[in-house]
Amino acid sequence: MNDMATLTKKDFESNQDVRWCPGCGDYAVLAQIQKLMPQLGIPRENFAFISGIGCSSRFPYYMETYGMHSIHGRAPAVASGLKLARPELSVWVVTGDGDALAIGGNHFIHAMRRNIDLKIILLNNRIYGLTKGQYSPTSELGKKTKTTPLGNIDRPFSPVAVALGAGATFVARTVDADQAHMASVLKRAAEHKGTAFVEIFQNCIVFNDGAYEAITDKSVRDDARLLLEHGKPLVFGKNRDKGVRLRGLEPEVVTIGEDGVTEADLVVHDEAAEHSGLAFFLSQFDAPKFPVPLGVFRAASQPSYEELNNQLHADARARRGQGDLAALFNSGDTWTIA
Amino acid sequence: MSAAAATAQAAEKRGAPPRPVEELDSVVIRFVGDSGDGMQLTGNEFSRAIAKAGHDFATHPDYPSEIRAPTGTLFGVSGYQIQFASRQVFTSGDAPDVLVAMNPAALKTNLSDVKRGGILIANSGAFTDNNLAKAGYQSNPLDDGSLGDYRLYKIDISELTAHALKASGLSKKEVGRCKNYYALGLMLSLYSRPLEKEEEDIRRKFAKKPEIAEANVLALRAGYAYADATEMFITNYRVRTADIAPGTYRSLTGNHAAALGFVAASELAGVPLFLGSYPITPATDILHELSALKHFNVATFQAEDEIAGICSAIGAAYGGVLGMTTTSGPGMALKTEALGLAVMLELPLVIVNVQRGGPSTGLPTKIEQSDLLQAVYGRNGECPIPVIAAHSPADCFDCAIEAFRLAVKYMTPVIFLSDGGIGNAAEPWRIPDPASLPKLEVKFRTDAEGFQAYARDGNLARAWVRPGTPGLEHRVGGLEKDFLTGNISHDPMNHQRMVEVRAAKVEGIARDIPPLQVEGPAQGDLLIVGWGSTYGSIVQAREQAAAQGLSVAHVHLRHLNPLPPDLGDILKRYRTVLVPEMNLGQLARILRERYLIGVEQLNKVQGKPFKVSEIHDRIVELCKKGAK
Repeated sequence: MNDMATLTKKDFESNQDVRWCPGCGDYAVLAQIQKLMPQLGIPRENFAFISGIGCSSRFPYYMETYGMHSIHGRAPAVASGLKLARPELSVWVVTGDGDALAIGGNHFIHAMRRNIDLKIILLNNRIYGLTKGQYSPTSELGKKTKTTPLGNIDRPFSPVAVALGAGATFVARTVDADQAHMASVLKRAAEHKGTAFVEIFQNCIVFNDGAYEAITDKSVRDDARLLLEHGKPLVFGKNRDKGVRLRGLEPEVVTIGEDGVTEADLVVHDEAAEHSGLAFFLSQFDAPKFPVPLGVFRAASQPSYEELNNQLHADARARRGQGDLAALFNSGDTWTIA
Repeated sequence: MSAAAATAQAAEKRGAPPRPVEELDSVVIRFVGDSGDGMQLTGNEFSRAIAKAGHDFATHPDYPSEIRAPTGTLFGVSGYQIQFASRQVFTSGDAPDVLVAMNPAALKTNLSDVKRGGILIANSGAFTDNNLAKAGYQSNPLDDGSLGDYRLYKIDISELTAHALKASGLSKKEVGRCKNYYALGLMLSLYSRPLEKEEEDIRRKFAKKPEIAEANVLALRAGYAYADATEMFITNYRVRTADIAPGTYRSLTGNHAAALGFVAASELAGVPLFLGSYPITPATDILHELSALKHFNVATFQAEDEIAGICSAIGAAYGGVLGMTTTSGPGMALKTEALGLAVMLELPLVIVNVQRGGPSTGLPTKIEQSDLLQAVYGRNGECPIPVIAAHSPADCFDCAIEAFRLAVKYMTPVIFLSDGGIGNAAEPWRIPDPASLPKLEVKFRTDAEGFQAYARDGNLARAWVRPGTPGLEHRVGGLEKDFLTGNISHDPMNHQRMVEVRAAKVEGIARDIPPLQVEGPAQGDLLIVGWGSTYGSIVQAREQAAAQGLSVAHVHLRHLNPLPPDLGDILKRYRTVLVPEMNLGQLARILRERYLIGVEQLNKVQGKPFKVSEIHDRIVELCKKGAK
């Protein structure tokens, strides 16, 4: 038995050799999660990591917790069953852009819709790595891959937008190269009640290297990314002089101090807004027209599915008493043959 | 005073001579009408009345896959057949003695099944020009003499019901819905059953709508009084009560019985039950039943699809509860990959397939047994899963418990095959004392000392560990795993060893199967091997043949993978082996492959159960052939 107070990152490292490619962004995510675990005040044996198939889905093998490497796309379904059966566990899903959004899209959206208390971490590298370089549902238009030699015509979608569209109560995005940002976002996700979804931009060094260079390269990233902060105006740029203003329903990038624009004209981020409209328009921001938002898009407080489920069971027991087999067998229309 | 005596007395009061009461051994009645006519309800209510009178019975609901097909059409006809008897009843009967037809389409689609000389009760009010045309009748069969081979009773049930409910204040539509109770009243009278209990039932059933309850009671009484008073019926009938074992009974469908069995398994094991499921005909009633039992340790989860149904159950099983999923053929196909995962994880799991006509969407509401090979073989890789099958509605209760007994003892998924016939059909279930049921032993490993996730016990089962147990943190998954630690292993010899041990584990279950019960001679001319819902027809056909002096035995298999260890010896003791199946010979194929014997087949894939006569005819043919 581990004393919770003395748990360290090391206690969450399994004895299995990590087999991602050297330089893979997954290493950084693994390290951050292993670092986060001891900070949550949860006994190690109460964590479970569930994954599907893909590079990122090897994750559970490297965590010294309970875990399951299930089948392609189905991790949210497996995790939902586990969480409903054992609500006291802290259940994490680690998935990828193909696993969550292509083959597993249905389970992904329904987990969000139900608001089951799962932490879903999607490592988005915009490519199929384990099958060696085919485009994914998040690959850009025009991208050349092994299955799109003439360029991709399959329109990508934003995982954040999909999650919001499905009614997710916690939606955030971070990037593998920014350890401090990733740590803060993951901690927020861990503390959320209900489904917490985090998209992590993750670099695939072999099949899609540099996909996120614009927002990770320290020399340019401040002009390309927008760090979301609750209650603060949407300001970005190396000189913190750019911002996002709404013209009707159309967002636009403006420069503070030009054309009479002041900070007061900018949209103020509200992650707790009842309506997810603001979060949704942020989810549509993409280069080159807009900066790429990172941080918490939405953190709304809603009852979780398993809380409601527990309540249904408690109410049923209060009303009918704890179930009794003999009474159940003899209910309904019976007759006796002497 | 018995109902028949009461009827006689009532007749005397009217000054008419009491009608004779004819004693019958068994009666087969079929109620048929539009799918919105309430025929399933009428059939159910009639069977309950019959059950309470101490008869054994068996039913066969037959309904279209459209919920409310256009009225009056041939494809919208819904039927409910019941056989009740003064002896044990095994099937809903081959041919109806009585057909209650609510419209021309119902008459047209069912007439050919009715016994020559049988009773036809036709709702003449529904034989309008329009309805006759929809059913394709050139002239009204009630008037044109074409039904001369039957005893035809034309009763304007629509009009008589409307008349009885004139003062009820109900709308025309609501009144129309009461005519099934009028028909029920007719039949209760004809078969000398009292009304009072049925009236109580109606009032209970419609407690929230007292005006509808009273209207139905009025319709019921009107039908009863009509049959009682009319000169039309020259005889009342009575079926002697059956010699049934003492006890308290209730009528259960197979799906309901299965649900009770699963709750019982959970209570007997002291482990909560989790059902992850997606609605599909004809399996959904198990989900309905369990959803209503939240005061037990029963959780139900209506998943987003079939795959999530089984995957959530696998997650729950990993969490240390009794995980299960319910489905039918097409859903089973979708669950296939997850079945393979469950085999790799070696977790207990029960998968119920209430089979229906296939392939693809097939015949959703009709009966077939064509998923046996899928259950035994239908996965990628060497992927053994134990398979059991229920043979009757009540047997579903026992099979549910048996499925979980095997699942937890051997740490394996178990497939439980039922079918639409068993799942929706009802029969009396003798209510057991829960204390008399076997305990299910479940052990969770808690000792961290020397723990290896894939170390095995004498049954080759690995330990079940609940997450939350300190020191036993471990990972499982679909990749091949090391023989002991469960960590990923691509080692060639390890894979061979794991494939073999998974196979040996399932084969080893054979040692746990009780000896087979053979009905009939221990050796002889013919052995019938059956499985699943063909049971009733085979039993009756064999009894008839045996009464004619033929040497014929019957063995019915519950365990289909692995097969019972004594089956091979039993097969050798008969000159001919016959396998009647509602498929093209799936068990026959397995028996040939396994025992290298010749097997005669009798196959029916019409969406309908075997008639007793179909099996009997084949028995006679094979016995004759052998005698030559």
